[in-house]
Amino acid sequence: MANPDFAGREYPATAPYSVGREKLREFASAVGAAHPAHHDLVAARGLGYPDLVAPPTFAVVVAQRAEAQYVQDPDAGIDFSRVVHADEKFTHHRPIVAGDELVTVLHVDSVTERAGIAMVTTRCEIFAAADGADGDGAREPVATVSSSLVIRGEDS
Amino acid sequence: MTRPALADLTVGDVVATGTVELDRARLVRYAGASGDFNRIHWDESFATGVGLPDVIAHGMLTMGSVVGVVADWAGDPGAVVAYQTRFTKPVPVPHDGAAVVEVSAAVGAIDADAGTVRVDLTVTHEGAKVLGRSQATVRLS
Repeated sequence: MANPDFAGREYPATAPYSVGREKLREFASAVGAAHPAHHDLVAARGLGYPDLVAPPTFAVVVAQRAEAQYVQDPDAGIDFSRVVHADEKFTHHRPIVAGDELVTVLHVDSVTERAGIAMVTTRCEIFAAADGADGDGAREPVATVSSSLVIRGEDS
Repeated sequence: MTRPALADLTVGDVVATGTVELDRARLVRYAGASGDFNRIHWDESFATGVGLPDVIAHGMLTMGSVVGVVADWAGDPGAVVAYQTRFTKPVPVPHDGAAVVEVSAAVGAIDADAGTVRVDLTVTHEGAKVLGRSQATVRLS
């Protein structure tokens, strides 16, 4: 079952995720987001953005890569065939736009277990890395993504 | 595109409605676009093997699809400054045809000081709610 020792853990910042125009268009099409600001540079700039704008849930793509550090760690004890996504919350400090270089700091906020059901809650703090810097350069907060997973026990 | 104004809104106003059709191809497309390749979303025998009724839609696909009506209403997808939901019931997606998800978005609260409106989404499949406490916060002027 989910290892309670992971609660409170904070991971080092990920390597930068480069937000590409075609990826935003592909994701927007996959969720049926037809607003022109996702697809058309002129429309996005007309709204004051420097480039195409990500749909409201695009940050999950970035967050899930960071969460993999935890959920795919054998020591974490998370059996993915028994996982159900319980809730998800996005807070956008500013919209994600094409051209962003995003680094993510993953936090394991809680690991609880009750009656054979485990619940883990993670939080991804996503920042724009200035010039893709990997050092201690200033980071601009872009989004916070909180996610809870429920893991059913062997007998449930 | 005319953007809605905060002053014109009243709690309870239904600001947008829509219908989303999720078929197997849509699930595969979302898997590829999002990088979520969990087999319960595309492999029927695997899904039923772990106790699900059928292949089920990614919760994030349902969440990501229904918010489109809010972004379109707002006139600017970047105006959606927060968005949260609970996944209360899976949406099974049949081999043939599509699962139909209906969404209705209503004003839940207005924060004039912050310049934001909380839009509550009611999201159903075959009459049952599939998302719970689904709320988008939209910045308007």
